[in-house]
Amino acid sequence: MIDTLALAITLPLLGALAAVARPRAARAIGLITALVTTAGVAALVIEVAQFGLRRTDLGGWGAPLGIALQADGLAAALLAMTNLVALAVSLYASDYFGDGPIRRHFWPLWLLLWAALNGLFLAADLFNIYVALELVGLAAVALAALTGTREALTASLRYLLASLLGAITYLLGVALLYAAHGTLDLGQLANAIAEGPVAWTALVLMTGGLSIKAALWPMHFWLPPAHGNAPAPVSAALSALVVKAAFYLVLRLWFGLYDTAATLAAAHFLGFLGAGAVLWGSWQALRAERLKRMAAYSTVAQMGYLFLFFPLLAAAEPGAAREDLLAALVLFALSHGFAKAALFLAAGHIQQCAGHDRIAELSGTAQRLPATTFVIALASVTLIGLPPSGAFTAKWLLLSGAIAAGQWWGVLVVLAGTLLAAAYSFRLLGRAFGFEPTPYRCITAVHTEVPALALALTATLGLGLAGDALWTLLQVGGPR
Amino acid sequence: MITALLYTAAGLLLFCLGLWSFLMHRPLLRKLIALNVMGSGVFLVFVALAYRGPEGAPDPVPHALVLTGIVVAVSATALALALGRRLEEAERD
Amino acid sequence: MTLTAWLPALIVLSSAIPGLVIFFLKEEQVAARTLLNMAGATVKLLLVGLLILGIQDHQVFESRLALAPGLELVLHADALSVLLVALSSGLWFVTTIYAIGYLEGSPYRSRFFGFFSLCVSATVGIALAGNLITFVIFYEILTLTTYPLVAHRGTPQATRGARIYLAYTMIGGVLLLAGAVWLQVLAGPVDFIERGMLAALPVERFGQLQAIFFLLIAGLGVKAALVPLHGWLPQAMVAPAPVSALLHAVAVVKAGAFGIVRIVYDVYGVEFAQALGLLTILAVLASITIVYGSVLALLQDGIKKRLAYSTVSQVSYIALGTALFGPLGTIGGLVHLVHQGLMKITLFFGAGNYAETLGIHKVADLDGVGRRMPWTTLAFTIGALGMIGIPPVAGFISKWYLGIGALKAEMDWAILILAVSSLLNAAYFLPLLYRAWFRDPPAAWPKESIPRGALETRASLLVPPLITAALALALGLFAAAPFGVLEWCRLIAAREYGL
Repeated sequence: MIDTLALAITLPLLGALAAVARPRAARAIGLITALVTTAGVAALVIEVAQFGLRRTDLGGWGAPLGIALQADGLAAALLAMTNLVALAVSLYASDYFGDGPIRRHFWPLWLLLWAALNGLFLAADLFNIYVALELVGLAAVALAALTGTREALTASLRYLLASLLGAITYLLGVALLYAAHGTLDLGQLANAIAEGPVAWTALVLMTGGLSIKAALWPMHFWLPPAHGNAPAPVSAALSALVVKAAFYLVLRLWFGLYDTAATLAAAHFLGFLGAGAVLWGSWQALRAERLKRMAAYSTVAQMGYLFLFFPLLAAAEPGAAREDLLAALVLFALSHGFAKAALFLAAGHIQQCAGHDRIAELSGTAQRLPATTFVIALASVTLIGLPPSGAFTAKWLLLSGAIAAGQWWGVLVVLAGTLLAAAYSFRLLGRAFGFEPTPYRCITAVHTEVPALALALTATLGLGLAGDALWTLLQVGGPR
Repeated sequence: MITALLYTAAGLLLFCLGLWSFLMHRPLLRKLIALNVMGSGVFLVFVALAYRGPEGAPDPVPHALVLTGIVVAVSATALALALGRRLEEAERD
Repeated sequence: MTLTAWLPALIVLSSAIPGLVIFFLKEEQVAARTLLNMAGATVKLLLVGLLILGIQDHQVFESRLALAPGLELVLHADALSVLLVALSSGLWFVTTIYAIGYLEGSPYRSRFFGFFSLCVSATVGIALAGNLITFVIFYEILTLTTYPLVAHRGTPQATRGARIYLAYTMIGGVLLLAGAVWLQVLAGPVDFIERGMLAALPVERFGQLQAIFFLLIAGLGVKAALVPLHGWLPQAMVAPAPVSALLHAVAVVKAGAFGIVRIVYDVYGVEFAQALGLLTILAVLASITIVYGSVLALLQDGIKKRLAYSTVSQVSYIALGTALFGPLGTIGGLVHLVHQGLMKITLFFGAGNYAETLGIHKVADLDGVGRRMPWTTLAFTIGALGMIGIPPVAGFISKWYLGIGALKAEMDWAILILAVSSLLNAAYFLPLLYRAWFRDPPAAWPKESIPRGALETRASLLVPPLITAALALALGLFAAAPFGVLEWCRLIAAREYGL
């Protein structure tokens, strides 16, 4: 039987190597790899859904010595989102970069990032997570610098430094845990960890490092310039996938490794930071002058929503209510991933056609680029959290949890965030209906709009109406 | 045991020194050196962890981790330097 | 997988699917677009007919879809939903005919008709919603699908009007959402059940229930244009006439009013709401809106603006009827849901005809228009007389029931409100009719763009107001007919009071 766990990492890695070896054929190699990888991961996700937890020890070496890969429901859900978004980004990028000079660098780095992301979701021990995390960071930084402009280089450098700082802090936490328990395997650690200063310090260090990478306010400073200046397909991947990967690790640590009852105060602290992110990120998005900058700040806000779940999750007794919250959190993350990728792809389209992405001068896009405007509108529905999107279901459950727990500040933040998101989305969409003449240089081919449209529809209709399936998938192993 | 504890403490001290320097200094090169100092601190902690007394053979796992960590640190530093050079070129134009 | 489990979903989809397909049609594919529109509208009417027959046969129609554990999308047809479903499907049919004629030759029609169809799907979804979350979902979708219709013209006034509309409805949506989630936390899944389900809760939660009621009413009051939440409605007048017609008669304001009816009768239960003291407050709010809207209507010199403020006033008759404790008041509110829809859409069709044919936008330009456009003016007159409450037009029936309902509920002051409002209605409608019929026409119309032929204007513009005016007249003349609207509302009222 083929080991789909290993394939999820090796396929894109092989593709990356092939693209380095044959730069002329990079585009074709990239597209084929994208299709094959997505098919492989689809098989893996189906296996997890049907047969439960999948685990493999590479080379037959078991923990704590060897490298283990493991897929539970949570990993499978994020893998599914990541690979679908990555496929759409690949299809889009093959048009966006075409046969231009950047493609030689784009495809190897992109496939490397893809392999690293898959590796991160599948890693079953803390050190492999570190390696995957660094690989994701390095590939992402290099991709963000692709255009080579001064702004992009400055932003990437800042991104790299923040990312390295986060990773090294995380690694120190890992060292402390190894010192205390002599193992790095997630499963073995979960049973071994007891309350105490070492476990605490390790959690603080690891969470701190990861929240820099997840751009949790106020450690988000590196994100807007990096995501705003990267080429559109790269921005899409960075905003939809890379920050989510870091968040996924925080989630694993908090609700997979640690006993949560001991960390209620800390969870509240993360919740407050999340609230700050929602308000500050949305406000900055509202004030942004450029579309991509707006989208980047919106990512800061959306990451904040995810952290708002933490105090609720930490306070909830294990059982159906907590599983509902956790599933809502994942649903939120997935919806946002799809929608944000769609938004950035559409923004890239507008930038290509209008020659800029200054919001104040984007009048008349609804007339000139109807499909692109439609994508932005659909993505906005998810970002605001309106029905019928998955984000709406998730927001309903978040509000439910907050009201049930008596956390009225959380309710107010969510409602204010909704209104702010509506304000910044419709600042753009309102312009799109205007008739002031704006020069657009290209007539768009229909097939270039399909990837973004598919992503936006998945976020807004797919996850909204079929979100129930996620609950079944998340029953497989994973944090309780 | 004291030896291992001393090394661990030294590693933590290095990490803190590096962190202080990273946050306090603006120039890229200083920041990079600071990050590497932090990294060395963490590696030192790992190496100290492997110590199992004068008779016992050291734990191989932390050693393997440190080796991997060094590779990662070298690549990251290289990328940062490359980006810094490109940025300098771009600014000169 | 029987018809009873699919019919409600099909009724929603019968306009949603054509709408989505229309988005992808090219501008010049007029025939295909018209065919899709009319096919959708016809299929929906047929399905609604099937639904009514089935309900009279005591069949239960319900479609369900799980969104998450404990959160279900439920479409359920009961007597109350049929009222709004039938009204919106019927009026969508005529409005589509009207819109095809009205927008002939104007740009971006595929976008327009796409959203137009989606907007009707949302309204039907609101009507068929079987629980609170489903209602909230379609209520928000209605906001989203009407925004592009208001902004359609793309002029600075249009985008500004749309922005104001959006700001109001978004804030309303957020309040509604907060109230709905809070209620669900307190009471578990909130299904719409006749006579409500909240009275069974322990007494110490009654305070929270009162707070939730105000959140819900504030959220719904935005769309129902309760003063002081009505500010968007006159601004949204920038939309093309068929949109205004649909917004004012069936879609947006009706969604709000219908929501208030649902909350009072099928969530709280009218007796429980009365016991909590909520009905009196609602009655006061509605009365203020009725008088305030009428006074402002009097001050407008634009025809559409005057109609807009008239809507503010008239829709609150529904809320007033809901708040008058007793079956007669309920009947008055419910029949007005249908009657106001028919009369108001007639008036907007008329105003649209004047604007499109002769370029008349102001009240002062109406002089002698009755001679140039007698049929349109006839329809307009029937609508206006109905609004004033003059028999035998349907509006009289509504006011009659509201009046005796007020007496029964021992809220005699409400009679005064009705009388004052009728006087004001007369004061702002009769001068229009006087000018149209009895003044001499000017030498030239402001902008005559459809020359007079065999008909006074395009047939597609003329037939819809005549149909709706005839219906408004018929509902008044034959109010007591078996299986009529009044009969249906009596049935609903009897059930809500457990009679």
